[in-house]
Amino acid sequence: MTMADTKETDSPASGPASSFSLLDLFRRPEAGAAAGFILIFLFFGYFGVDKNFLTALGSSTWLNFASKVGIIAIPIAFLMIAGELDISVGALIPAGGIVLAMSVEHFGFNIWMGVLFSFVVAAAIGWVNGMLVTRTQVPSLIVTLATLFVVAGLNAYLSKQVAGTTQHSLPDAGVVSEFILGDYHSLILGDGDSAFTIFRSLQSSFFIWIAVAIGCFYVLHVSPWGNWILAMGGDEDSARNAGIPTDKLKIALFMLSAMAAALVGMTEAVLANTASTTTQFGMIFNTIICVVVGGVLLTGGFGTVTGVVFGTLTFGIVFQGINFTAFDKDLNMLFIGALLLVAVLMNDTFRNLATSASTKKK
Amino acid sequence: MSDNKTPVLEMRKVDKSFGPIDVLHEISLKVNQGEVLCLLGDNGAGKSTLIKTLSGVHQPTRGEMLMDGNPVHFDRPRDAQEMGIATVHQFGGTYPLMSVGRNFFAGNEPTKGVGPFKVFDRQKANRIAVEQVQKMGITRITDGDRLVGGLSGGERQSLAIARAVYFGARVLILDEPTAALGVKQAAHVLRIVNEAKRRGLAVIFITHQVMHAMAVGDHFAVLIRGAIAADFRKGAKSREEIADLMAGGESMADLEANIEGYMETHDGHVPEPAH
Repeated sequence: MTMADTKETDSPASGPASSFSLLDLFRRPEAGAAAGFILIFLFFGYFGVDKNFLTALGSSTWLNFASKVGIIAIPIAFLMIAGELDISVGALIPAGGIVLAMSVEHFGFNIWMGVLFSFVVAAAIGWVNGMLVTRTQVPSLIVTLATLFVVAGLNAYLSKQVAGTTQHSLPDAGVVSEFILGDYHSLILGDGDSAFTIFRSLQSSFFIWIAVAIGCFYVLHVSPWGNWILAMGGDEDSARNAGIPTDKLKIALFMLSAMAAALVGMTEAVLANTASTTTQFGMIFNTIICVVVGGVLLTGGFGTVTGVVFGTLTFGIVFQGINFTAFDKDLNMLFIGALLLVAVLMNDTFRNLATSASTKKK
Repeated sequence: MSDNKTPVLEMRKVDKSFGPIDVLHEISLKVNQGEVLCLLGDNGAGKSTLIKTLSGVHQPTRGEMLMDGNPVHFDRPRDAQEMGIATVHQFGGTYPLMSVGRNFFAGNEPTKGVGPFKVFDRQKANRIAVEQVQKMGITRITDGDRLVGGLSGGERQSLAIARAVYFGARVLILDEPTAALGVKQAAHVLRIVNEAKRRGLAVIFITHQVMHAMAVGDHFAVLIRGAIAADFRKGAKSREEIADLMAGGESMADLEANIEGYMETHDGHVPEPAH
């Protein structure tokens, strides 16, 4: 008899055949994050119904916020699954924005050349992060803490040296670039009284988030590289012995998270027509919370893209949703802290269920 | 089976030093096809260094290594693997939160699809993994999607060994595979070792449990302070003799007699441990 078997017989859940499928559903690794999202949604839906939480416009408030965190959270999740952390994103968000703004305004680049250049700069910083982590064995928390401040310093210094200001303007550069990078989108079917709103005032970043999520889902769960990322986080030595190029993969993941952060900075710059050098320390915590609420194991080796998307949605609601309720807004941080604790405990339970999944069913 | 006279893997007078510290002295070993070489030694005897030298992590300071009679040199673990030397460590190099299929193929994933959009062929991976593990005698694993964390220690070891065999290993180095296991689980792993031997693999089995070594070994080598202290074939020495050798020549029987004598004269109390 093994652990799995004994659990199966002891657990009150096993019994009638109908409860079995439910148990299977709970054993999906993203079940915890999905359940949490549904609970939080119902909670705020109930308390916020008077203040339009459930309307298309109300949903856009938290979806727009969630999308920006979400674009960065997924690559951060990859790193965390691989056993690393990247907090330099806080400085890479403004870096992405100001590099784009300066490219266009100061150097006269075409907007797309500016986007490309901004990505190249971000990738270079990510490469430095990855090289430092893989070559020196210094924990990535410390390495990226250092690069966070280095890049934040460079943002301010180079801004002033090159353009003479820390607030850059970025006028509309074209219909297409605005549409893709920074605009508000609505889809309303019909008109007049019969109009039906599918979505309203969603920012471009929301659609970019969907694209990033689909791309990352492919990488982690469909392509063979996902196996490498999971294996590397599970046991790095074994992964290396199995022939997985762990160092290269890690560097690539740091480049990916840096580029994702720069992308968010760019969408903000294009949307607001300005870019500032202000370091976004809050986003560091926001992304980590989303990843953890999404069920990714802090020590690496486990996590799903779907889970992180649910985690980000949950976080978005909790962060913005309080404005739709009668609760005091000062309670916001308390809610987020409680959410994090509950999520971690719940995820542990669900993960144990997943590991003890037995094959006894005929 | 081909010529049994040429060992699959051989070490000739291999020394290994780390700076001024000599860890291995003139180690000579050989292992033939379809044979289990048991490498016995107490903690700190140099077993780990020897394994790492065999699997390409360390390079010998002096001496040579031969495969099928030809000198070989491994710069990296990958070189040794490509020559068919597979090392399975204590916890099997498995990833607890990954499925059986994904574990089995980590680093060598089967794919389908064309161009850059390759797709991990989950069904194929699961099918082959379950097939191979079952062939090794682990019939309890029937679902390739199951997470390895739910398997027992013995099953994980077996999975790792099955993986090595499937990927064409000719020499299997097992580093203390039974150390963390219960009696039943250990018996399981020993059966798998026998199965690997039956399939013609050369197995190097590292352990400090004499019973486990006696159960599967054809050939024994005892390592003391980095040197081979004894090298003998199956049946040449008794269990007690081997245990004595491992304890550094100090006779276990003497030790036991001392303790018994002390207990007789001290109302059944055991002696104070020496510091």
